[in-house]
Amino acid sequence: MDKDRIDRIIDKHGCEPSYLIQVLLDIQAENNWLPREALERVAERLQVSMTRIQHIATFYKAFSLVPKGRHQIHICVGTACHVRGASRVLDTVEGLTGIKPGETDLDLKFSLETVNCLGCCALGPVVEIDGKTHGKMSPAETADVVKNYE
Amino acid sequence: MARINSPDDLERIRQEIRSRRDPNEPCVSICVGAGCLASGAGEVLSAFEAEIEKQGLKAEVDTKGTGCPGFCERGPVVVIYPEEICYLQVKPEDVPEIVSQTLEEKKLVDRLLYVDPSTGEKATHEYDIPFYKNQERIIIGSNIKIDPKSIDDYLAIGGYSALAKALLQMTSDQVLEEVKKSNLRGRGGGGFPAGRKWEGSRNAPEPIKYVIVNADEGDPGAFMDRALLEGNPHSILEGLTIGAYAVGSHEGYIYVRQEYPLAVENVTIAIKQAEEYGLLGKDILGSGFDFVVKVHKGAGAFVCGESTALMTALEGRAGEPRPKYIRSNVVGLWGRPSVLNNVETWANVPLIINNGADWFTQFGTDGSKGTKIFSLVGKINNTGLVEVPMGGTLRHIIYQIGGGIPGGKKFKAVQTGGPSGGCLPEELLDLPVGFDELTKAGSMMGSGGMIVMDEDTCMVDVARYFLNFLTDESCGKCVPCREGIRQMLKTLTNITQGKGREGDIELLEQLAEVAGEASLCALGKSAPNPFLSTLKYFRDEYEAHIKEKRCPALSCKELIAFHIDPEKCRACTICDRKCPSDAIKGGKSLIHIIDQEKCTKCGTCFEVCPPRYDAVRKISGEPVPPPIPEEARTIVRKRKQK
Repeated sequence: MDKDRIDRIIDKHGCEPSYLIQVLLDIQAENNWLPREALERVAERLQVSMTRIQHIATFYKAFSLVPKGRHQIHICVGTACHVRGASRVLDTVEGLTGIKPGETDLDLKFSLETVNCLGCCALGPVVEIDGKTHGKMSPAETADVVKNYE
Repeated sequence: MARINSPDDLERIRQEIRSRRDPNEPCVSICVGAGCLASGAGEVLSAFEAEIEKQGLKAEVDTKGTGCPGFCERGPVVVIYPEEICYLQVKPEDVPEIVSQTLEEKKLVDRLLYVDPSTGEKATHEYDIPFYKNQERIIIGSNIKIDPKSIDDYLAIGGYSALAKALLQMTSDQVLEEVKKSNLRGRGGGGFPAGRKWEGSRNAPEPIKYVIVNADEGDPGAFMDRALLEGNPHSILEGLTIGAYAVGSHEGYIYVRQEYPLAVENVTIAIKQAEEYGLLGKDILGSGFDFVVKVHKGAGAFVCGESTALMTALEGRAGEPRPKYIRSNVVGLWGRPSVLNNVETWANVPLIINNGADWFTQFGTDGSKGTKIFSLVGKINNTGLVEVPMGGTLRHIIYQIGGGIPGGKKFKAVQTGGPSGGCLPEELLDLPVGFDELTKAGSMMGSGGMIVMDEDTCMVDVARYFLNFLTDESCGKCVPCREGIRQMLKTLTNITQGKGREGDIELLEQLAEVAGEASLCALGKSAPNPFLSTLKYFRDEYEAHIKEKRCPALSCKELIAFHIDPEKCRACTICDRKCPSDAIKGGKSLIHIIDQEKCTKCGTCFEVCPPRYDAVRKISGEPVPPPIPEEARTIVRKRKQK
């Protein structure tokens, strides 16, 4: 991620240290993860220490300090999905991709995350892949959907 | 658009907007809230736009993407005005028929109407459907009437009239008194009286004060705040501005989780529109009152729903709570008095100001006034958002509105209050739903999640589930929460895996007591609730897991096995084909056998086995019968033997 893009984001938030989280969120949204150079630039411009940035980047779930895969799989494990069998769906995806929640496979094909409620409880269990919501998923249907991604 | 400088201006513009709109003109409203969008509402909306254009009706018919009306189960929901015809589960291929039949010929498309499952009767209008009929929708009812991205729509239904009344006809004292008199209690969980919170801030000596909307709705299974913020953002802004006026604050924040991108988008648009109209900013409506609002996105931390943690996050730091010797309404954001209320609480404020505290207090019980929106989810026929007066019974909500449990299953428990709440059993179904009543029963109101569980749900697993969630979300600042919840989770996990030991329940009780007493914030203090309430009402399930290594709900993976009944299997090969882990030994005319070594217990075979055979069995607490010998597997030969 080049310096100009980072600077633009920082300037958008008025170069205010209290907007640190908002700045990091924007970088995460544009770049999909937070590279070290980007964080160093933010530290320099906002005059905050790297330890504070590291604290925030590891405290909040939205941030990733490692590159993400081409496809983001989000499995809802909110209560409604849980009682409707989300853990079986999660098991299936773990088996197929070989990764656990929070991990990315070695080919950078999939990143797997669990989320705690996407608010589509009527459709539970819900799997969201690259922003597309798949509702009322059974383990077998999930396997069919995941196999379609290249 | 010109700035609105006075209440008269506001009324004039409102009349102008209304006169531009013909109430008899057909309008197609489609819910584009997150639930319906996931069911394909976006495609339905585009299909309507295209079809209306194609039929040359563009001049006469309006289309509108609206907020969530709550009936997520039957989404996408389409309402056609002026007749208010309600079509459910509409697909893009239904659209040409709706346009030609309903819009042009004024005929109903019967198959898209609601059918009452008990009587078979059809309902044409939203208000005829039992799901809606049994509710009191004073807050969420506006969602389907307005396009959340249009301030004109909000003005057309009377929006910002409460703000005008508060700023120009009432003193800030009177506003505060009215809210106090209404006994509005916080809808976010604690149920603290909003008026008293406001008063504390107002009386604090520090001149700079803040008002904050808590839209960090983190309870899994709860999405009413999102529906309000997405569907009617101006009502929240209006409430917040009135609150700011009462407290004497000139700066407000909306803290909304970034997992709700549509809510962030809609509220950001709403702020911009309100600023352009002069309903936010300097000298609002010529009253001399200044107020600005900023949006902060939450980066994903459940604990940030806690007031002090949220304020720390607003300051741009890691959201960890602090001890509350002094409440945050006196020393909060940047050390200044800060009033933090939940989205739904703020949404109530304009209604109270417009209609008066006496109107508001007619809803509800002695201790809990007004209505409450619940998100009714889980094993329930009508999943969705439900708004009822406080004091209604759980039974009313679950059966009259929710339509009961699907698949003829038996009700087991309802979980309220999110991870801090508890599970209530069938005996308590007639409990009136109010802040104090729920707390007394060992649960809590929380933000209004209501998760219904049937006989297939294991209560030990539910407790484990919530503690797993809380272990993950504990910020780690204080030991009782960080370590206590972790140890509780470890013990509960052992129990669900069949590794429970005598004495585990007592150990859990001890841990629960310490975490509940000694934790710094409400997250840790209430973390034992899911365990304590399930133990209180479902102790036998804990004992079955520990003593008999049996899961009575047949749900805990390590304690169950799947087995194909050789007497019943007709070798239809469906389970063999569907099994994701190749664990079924099938074959034509051969009784199928599950290889217990390979089986991942996903339950697919159990679900796909045709009910007329019903051959797959779940067993727990007993040994799996040995597979039938190879020579006995052929079904034809078996028949001959008979």
